[in-house]
Amino acid sequence: MTISSALIDMKEITKIYQMGETSLPALAGVSLSIDEGEYVAIVGASGSGKSTLMNIIGLLDRPTDGVYQIRGQRADDLTGRQLADLRNREIGFVFQRFNLLARAPAWRQVELPLFYAGVARSASRQHALDALAQVGLADRADHKPEELSGGQQQRVAIARALVNRPSLLLADEPTGALDTRTGEEVMALFEKLHTEGLTLVIITHDQEVADRARRVITMRDGAIISDSRGAATVAVHRGSNGLREPALAPLPRPAAIEQIEEKVYEAG
Amino acid sequence: MKLVRYFPVAAGSIAANKMRASLTMLGVIIGVAAVLTALGIGRGASANILGEVASQGTTRLTISPETANDGKGNPVQPLTMGDVIALSNPAFHPDVRQVVPQYGENTRLVAGDENTQARVTGTTAAYADVHRLEIAEGRFLTEDEITQMSSAVVIGTTVATDLFGRTQVVGESVRIEGEPYTVVGVLAESGNAGFGSNDESGFIPIGAAQGRVFNVSRFRGEYVVTSISADAASEERVEAAERQIEQTLRLRHGLGADDDSDFSISTQASLLDTLNSITSTLTLMLSSIAAISLLVGGIGIMNIMLVSVTERTREIGLRKALGAHTSDVLLQFLVESLVLTFLGGLIGIAISYGVALLVPRIPSFPVNVLIGIDALIMALGVSAGCGVIFGLYPAMRATRLNPIEALRYE
Repeated sequence: MTISSALIDMKEITKIYQMGETSLPALAGVSLSIDEGEYVAIVGASGSGKSTLMNIIGLLDRPTDGVYQIRGQRADDLTGRQLADLRNREIGFVFQRFNLLARAPAWRQVELPLFYAGVARSASRQHALDALAQVGLADRADHKPEELSGGQQQRVAIARALVNRPSLLLADEPTGALDTRTGEEVMALFEKLHTEGLTLVIITHDQEVADRARRVITMRDGAIISDSRGAATVAVHRGSNGLREPALAPLPRPAAIEQIEEKVYEAG
Repeated sequence: MKLVRYFPVAAGSIAANKMRASLTMLGVIIGVAAVLTALGIGRGASANILGEVASQGTTRLTISPETANDGKGNPVQPLTMGDVIALSNPAFHPDVRQVVPQYGENTRLVAGDENTQARVTGTTAAYADVHRLEIAEGRFLTEDEITQMSSAVVIGTTVATDLFGRTQVVGESVRIEGEPYTVVGVLAESGNAGFGSNDESGFIPIGAAQGRVFNVSRFRGEYVVTSISADAASEERVEAAERQIEQTLRLRHGLGADDDSDFSISTQASLLDTLNSITSTLTLMLSSIAAISLLVGGIGIMNIMLVSVTERTREIGLRKALGAHTSDVLLQFLVESLVLTFLGGLIGIAISYGVALLVPRIPSFPVNVLIGIDALIMALGVSAGCGVIFGLYPAMRATRLNPIEALRYE
């Protein structure tokens, strides 16, 4: 296996959910490469496999088959402990519903990844305050979530994702729980972070959000159906079976996938 | 040290649910307080007994006849005045200082219109010394009164107050079995209603008891006695005295080398052993019952921790996504249950100390509650152990949560 220069390099990734005796494929041979500094949106309807793809990119889930490398490091034969460390160092998560701890002040929320990274308490507070300043919340460090607006809460979550200086910021419907104005605020922040060199991957079903990205990957039925990378966009992706798009052949029961994905994720 | 950093997390989570946390802790508080108080009562009781026995002298030996298994409790071979005289020979019993015969029966004492039930014992003058009797009024029986079989009686305080309504009754007359006796002394109140009290006793010369008051039977021509007390020369010589007494009595009772003794000799030390084993059995029983409440408290902790894990499913998922190891999640919840039980244990200890301070203020409460450092350390250890044991299962449940599902948990 050659070491890839890309930040994210996926080859023929499949994911099959095993529900008792029936196996439900959610990803059918996805190959994808994301370079450092890219701003990518992954779009698709609910059940298209984009959440499964995000979980695999985020090292929260393991592919059934295929090779996944992050920063040239193969993720498939790592232990749970190593995966946790890799998540901690390489990936910053931003969730639709912020997932802040109730009752903890903002700087403590942001400090959390540093805690698990084993950073000394004396240093971690300063790092947390720096990250809050980066998202424009330097004056809100001691505020608890209930004292912050939705947009501010999401910015705290973004600061938390940034505090460990990850390779990749992975955002799952980051504006889904926000109104248009605060959503705009968050998108502007992403824009700013991108220009500062951060690699961004946003999973969304909102076309407006997707349109702001430099590269849009569209998914359907567990496969990539279009990728706007480069001028000559590869609109058609070759599936693992070599068939031309739409590669529906390996996915005989898309309805079932949708069902299980909804069950697992309760897409909000 | 990463472990220390879980404590603020645990404290925060407990502070967020104060009411729930305190109700949960209550189980541990009650359990620990109950166990400590039970142990303290046990220790107080044995201290009482030790004091009681020590106050009656540690050099005394009591010789009693063995009773036959005939259902009536008759002696196999009774002890007699002949045995008393034989044991009084210092040549064969160098370590026995004094020998005192006793013959006692329960009977009615009458003075004027009043009467009361008492244990009347015929004995000799040395009884007061051997049994460390304290005299409140007058004196004990004298040697002269013993040899002359005088109609003199020494009574306990309860007898005195029952008959005369007071204790200054030296010179008054009391009828025992119809015969008038002059009160020559009143014993000091033993204050302790139970063990070793002479408050409801009367003492008369042994000869009067055998010859006039009671119809005492004879065995081989000698008057029978209920028991014999002996005083060893010193505490160190108690065992030697016991051997000398045993030898003489076995010889006199015609026992062969293989025969069991038909009498028993109990020393204060053996009495102490017996009483202590009774109190420790009672203490064990009491603390076992108390320990059950601690167990119930621990189960309460487990229950609440399980609720807490379920409630915080999303938080656990988030922590895992942010890089928490399985061990981080495990420790977080273990430390939380540990803090709960440890705090409960501390409060329980404080409560049992409060009880120990209050109990002596209760009038005529028979025992003190004595809580030792060892019991305290044990209580802390047990409550912390409870936290780990009962927190382990909920913590393991938390570690097994799948982060993807946990993050989506509603």
